[in-house]
Amino acid sequence: MAVKNFVLVCGGTACESTKGDEIFKALLKSATKHGIKDDVQIIKTGCFGFCEKGPIVKVLPEEEFYVEVTPEDAEDIIAETVVKGRTVERLAYKDASTKGSVSSEKIKFYQKQYRVVLRNCGLINPEDINEYIARDGYLALEKCLTGELTPDSVIEHLKVSGLRGRGGAGFPTWLKWNFSKNVTADQKYVVCNADEGDPGAYMDRSTCEGDPHSIIEAMAIAGFTCGADTGYIYIRAEYPLAIERLNIAIEQAKEAGLLGDNILGSDFSFNLEIRLGAGAFVCGEETALLASIEGKRGMPIPKPPFPAVKGLWGKPSIINNVETFANIPVILTKGGAWFKSIGTAGSPGTKVFALTGQIENSGLVEVPMGTTLRDIVFDIGGGIKNGRKFKAVQTGGPSGGVITEQFLDTPIDFDTLTSIGSMMGSGGMIVMSEDDCIVDVTKFYLEFCVEESCGKCSPCRIGTKKMHEILEKITSGKGEMDDIQKLKDIGKAMKTASLCGLGQTAANPVLSTLKYFEDEYLEHIQDGKCRAGSCKDLMQYKVVTEKCIGCTVCARKCPVNCIEGERKAPHFIVQEKCVKCGACYEACKFDAITIS
Amino acid sequence: MAKMTLAQLKALRDETKKDIDRRDTEGKDVMIVVGMGTCGIAAGAKDAISSFIDEIKEHDLTNVTIKQTGCMGLCHSEPTVDVKAPGMPDTIYGNVTAELAKEIIVKHVIGKELISKHVLDRPASDIMKEQN
Amino acid sequence: MAIVNIKINGLPVEVEEGTKILKAAKKAGVNIPVLCEHSDLEPWAACGICIVKVEGSPKLIRACATDVVEGQNYITHDPELQEVRRTVLELIISNHPLECLNCARNGVCELQNLAEDFCIREVPFESGVKDLPRDESTTSLVFDPRKCVNCGRCVQVCQQLQDVWALEFIGRGDETLMTAAGGALMSESPCIKCGQCSAHCPVGAIYEKDETKEFLKMIGSDKHVAVQIAPAVRVAIGEMFGMEPGEITTGKIYAALRRLGVDAVFDTNFAADLTIMEEGSELVERVTKGGILPQITSCCPAWTDYMEKYFSDMIPHFSTAKSPMMMQGAVTKTYYAEKMNIDPATIASVAIMPCTAKKYEISRDDNMQASGYNDVDLVLTTRELGRLIKSAGIDFVNLPDEKADSPIGAYAGAGTIFGVTGGVMEAAVRTAHKLVTGEEIKDVNITAVRGAENVKVGEVTLGDAKLKVAVAHGMANVRDIMNEVRAAKAAGQEPPYHFIEVMACKGGCIAGGGQPYGTNDVVRAKRTAGIYSDDEKSVVRCSHQNPEIIQIYKDYLGEPCSHKAHDLLHTKYQERPLYTK
Repeated sequence: MAVKNFVLVCGGTACESTKGDEIFKALLKSATKHGIKDDVQIIKTGCFGFCEKGPIVKVLPEEEFYVEVTPEDAEDIIAETVVKGRTVERLAYKDASTKGSVSSEKIKFYQKQYRVVLRNCGLINPEDINEYIARDGYLALEKCLTGELTPDSVIEHLKVSGLRGRGGAGFPTWLKWNFSKNVTADQKYVVCNADEGDPGAYMDRSTCEGDPHSIIEAMAIAGFTCGADTGYIYIRAEYPLAIERLNIAIEQAKEAGLLGDNILGSDFSFNLEIRLGAGAFVCGEETALLASIEGKRGMPIPKPPFPAVKGLWGKPSIINNVETFANIPVILTKGGAWFKSIGTAGSPGTKVFALTGQIENSGLVEVPMGTTLRDIVFDIGGGIKNGRKFKAVQTGGPSGGVITEQFLDTPIDFDTLTSIGSMMGSGGMIVMSEDDCIVDVTKFYLEFCVEESCGKCSPCRIGTKKMHEILEKITSGKGEMDDIQKLKDIGKAMKTASLCGLGQTAANPVLSTLKYFEDEYLEHIQDGKCRAGSCKDLMQYKVVTEKCIGCTVCARKCPVNCIEGERKAPHFIVQEKCVKCGACYEACKFDAITIS
Repeated sequence: MAKMTLAQLKALRDETKKDIDRRDTEGKDVMIVVGMGTCGIAAGAKDAISSFIDEIKEHDLTNVTIKQTGCMGLCHSEPTVDVKAPGMPDTIYGNVTAELAKEIIVKHVIGKELISKHVLDRPASDIMKEQN
Repeated sequence: MAIVNIKINGLPVEVEEGTKILKAAKKAGVNIPVLCEHSDLEPWAACGICIVKVEGSPKLIRACATDVVEGQNYITHDPELQEVRRTVLELIISNHPLECLNCARNGVCELQNLAEDFCIREVPFESGVKDLPRDESTTSLVFDPRKCVNCGRCVQVCQQLQDVWALEFIGRGDETLMTAAGGALMSESPCIKCGQCSAHCPVGAIYEKDETKEFLKMIGSDKHVAVQIAPAVRVAIGEMFGMEPGEITTGKIYAALRRLGVDAVFDTNFAADLTIMEEGSELVERVTKGGILPQITSCCPAWTDYMEKYFSDMIPHFSTAKSPMMMQGAVTKTYYAEKMNIDPATIASVAIMPCTAKKYEISRDDNMQASGYNDVDLVLTTRELGRLIKSAGIDFVNLPDEKADSPIGAYAGAGTIFGVTGGVMEAAVRTAHKLVTGEEIKDVNITAVRGAENVKVGEVTLGDAKLKVAVAHGMANVRDIMNEVRAAKAAGQEPPYHFIEVMACKGGCIAGGGQPYGTNDVVRAKRTAGIYSDDEKSVVRCSHQNPEIIQIYKDYLGEPCSHKAHDLLHTKYQERPLYTK
């Protein structure tokens, strides 16, 4: 029989001396008394790092955290918590904000998560097909081949599930598949977009590395559904490990007869190849991606026709991203209705986010749609680094916008994010604190877009560059008031007149930060001030008159002679001449020079 | 592996599932699962693995299996290692250096004592079980 | 084809299914501004200026690339659209050098026109013009990357229309650059100098190498300047003076040249007739004596260059006859010089061509100096001649018609149709009939090889013999035919054709890379009609009936393909690498 509970008793030196050992014995005794000795495992652990409240006892899986426990409390812990599942209030640690040690707080990391896409990531050995099979892998494909699922019922499941493409735009997956299925063609293709390119996003990389077979299975099912016998996984060459794992997985699937001709002895055949991209961001745009597979320069073309109708080499092609595909085998084994029950009405299922930036616990999280940003940032992510103040979250990468504090409690899904001026994107989530200058961060995104614009259409190619130049001007203190209007004009032109999604959204960071943080832009322009202190050109060295004794050391050190003042009287810095070298700051022995 | 038929796939699935169940219920073997995603490897997961192997040899342990897996999501604390040992709660350790790997073998696996300072979380597998 | 009912700004319009909004709007009398769009090309959708609205949708869509949808009402102009278009235009202009005065497209620039229409008086954004060197590596074309607006027309022309792949985009984002393959120089690339890029460029980023100054220098020297004009020039140059495309201005061009100070005015059409005599005889020889078939025409220098680069295995199939321009040059400095008793060293031989590749052809190898001198010293495009006439203050439209000079200026209708696709074939058949059967052809109009289709395949009867012929124009349409020939050859089968005509430019020389700007299918059709009417108006329709042709063989060359003719009028070919770097 499996052990039901674990009771962890602090075995560190500090707690040991405060009767840790006695408590351990008392707990054992109580467990025996209640006849649950085999159900509970009592373990001595190292120090919890919270010694001022020791001895500490922790009960798993209830996560009860008891402090200042005495041997006499052992009975209650066993009788109440272990047997009845209740908290012993008297022992529970009260102050929630500082509760427990770091490890205790981090426990929340998985609690609010719900793992569908990442169901196997971090559990199975991705290089062993048997482990995938053991977790119901290839069950959905099996169902397709036994006739339990037909192309129509696959589409029906996807329709019921309400699965929307996880690549960013959220197009209903069943519609895409249905378009492709209903076109008559001598050849069709299935393409997996693994060209993840948002700065800070690596959900798809991790999925390819951690659960490659789920993608392979889903692509084969897509082939079965729409009548394609060939698939391509388009992945950037910068993902060597993901490529290696996918290659191993494809080989193993081929050997096992789960890919190739006559899969599992049926008359369905499906072959899969990996195509490497050179890492151009625009190749995540589906028409550019297809062009790149065809060996052409990765540049978007106008839609319609959509790839589902006229795609790779002019043939109908289902193209989905990694996360979308990874959802599909589970949907088909557990049913569309099951999936629909997770998340929100408009956006069922879960979403994987790559949580980065000024956050305590950066990492990969998967939450049901509709989870609030607060849950993600503060509960799962453990809040802002170094206890700084939250400023905003950027979702949707360089195509998204900022979400400010006022929207922290908005349930996140495709539609709510769009309505508050950001977008889901592929799932990058960059957290900003008060230490981040909003103009500077926006400039960073623009810089990315300037480099990654494919260069085809003029609004995007030139617009990103001009915007970047203007932001450069503003962050270096040379901004002018009409720059704000110029940013808005260019933004509008880019949003409306760019050819593909990249260009249409590349202005979002600017437009959204202008909407919520225009005051910060104005501060830069009008007051020459950067409140986060990250724009170097806007820093000012000043003499604190009260502290300055007029020793003249700073004036003598200044390489441009911009510090003036009488001997033994407070000095001052002529700002126009100052080159911000910091020599005065270093030289002053009286802390009379400040930076603002 | 030879090409399978439908029936063989089913049989294989049942078999492998039983294997896993057996491992869970009897809990005889120690399993150390190392997160070997790009994040893990970049943070030194390979060092951790070799250290585990060395230390297992050092102590002549025969019941310990080392396995790799993908990213567990705890990228802030890579390398992460999931340790399943009989008589111990399944545990994820974070920031597992070569030294810590040794410590895990000595204290957690052999000494049955949690190294609380480095415990990150219960493994996702537990959460998954609850969800399903 | 199904009819779709739509509205343009509320006005109902009926168009065929699959029509783009841009074209539908034109039908409704509305011109939507464009920069990158060109009717010769698939919509590339780069510039972002042709955006329109569909009533009821907030999204702006590209009129050039979007098919009309039944029942939709398209808004083509409103203050919001105009504002966005203006911003996009300002962005484009901010990256374009404001050097209109010394630009090849001054006054005929599509960006300039847009700027004027949108009343651009200042550009709010800082200039993003990059300091990039001009590529003047070929003798035909100049590429000024600073002026490039990245519209993609030239790349599409070079890759899709011409299948040459000399031009491509490199770099990304702001660094995106149109350039010869891989960032090489044009001369190091597979470029065939057809100049279609320059004809399609909306601005002055690619243009013909201007040699008007050299021309004026010749006129000012004591050289005897002899000028020839190509067939296609006469139906196009008038456009630069406000005349309709297709208006025949042969006599006016002769007059204008004399007013410019030229000493002798000849017509390349004469040499076209000469070409037919040589090439036609060569064909008859190959057909009747079991020579290598099919024979392939060689009068287009861009095609010859292309063949030497991409299909050098076809060299034995190529007619050894030179192009009419080179023949004209050769007989100018030999036959004409002898006859008029002029020292050929003092003759400056100039050709007015609809073509930029001709500038390259005159120095392609030493066969181009058959006379012992440069057979042709200078080539000017139609555009350059037009500018020369303007700068000389000549009232072109009202010039009287003059005649060409003898003895190498007269031409038959067969010579003039060299300017259109199918023309060389038709002219050759007219004469081949006589050569094979001894009788004149009954109907000189060989309509099977006329028309704008990309590839025309037909059968021509010459007495008992039946000739299978194929005509292709637009370089991209050649590959299939060549592969057909290759396949038959490899399989040891009968050749699929006896005679193949190829012209590099769509429509033939009338739409050459050196012709006046604004060529499209409508213009092509009008210029083509002009050429055929010139043929019809000719008293003599067949090359072998041209009295001056009869004369030159009698007085000088002897027989077609004689030893002398070979020395002067034939050439040879060599395999050339695609990339020289």
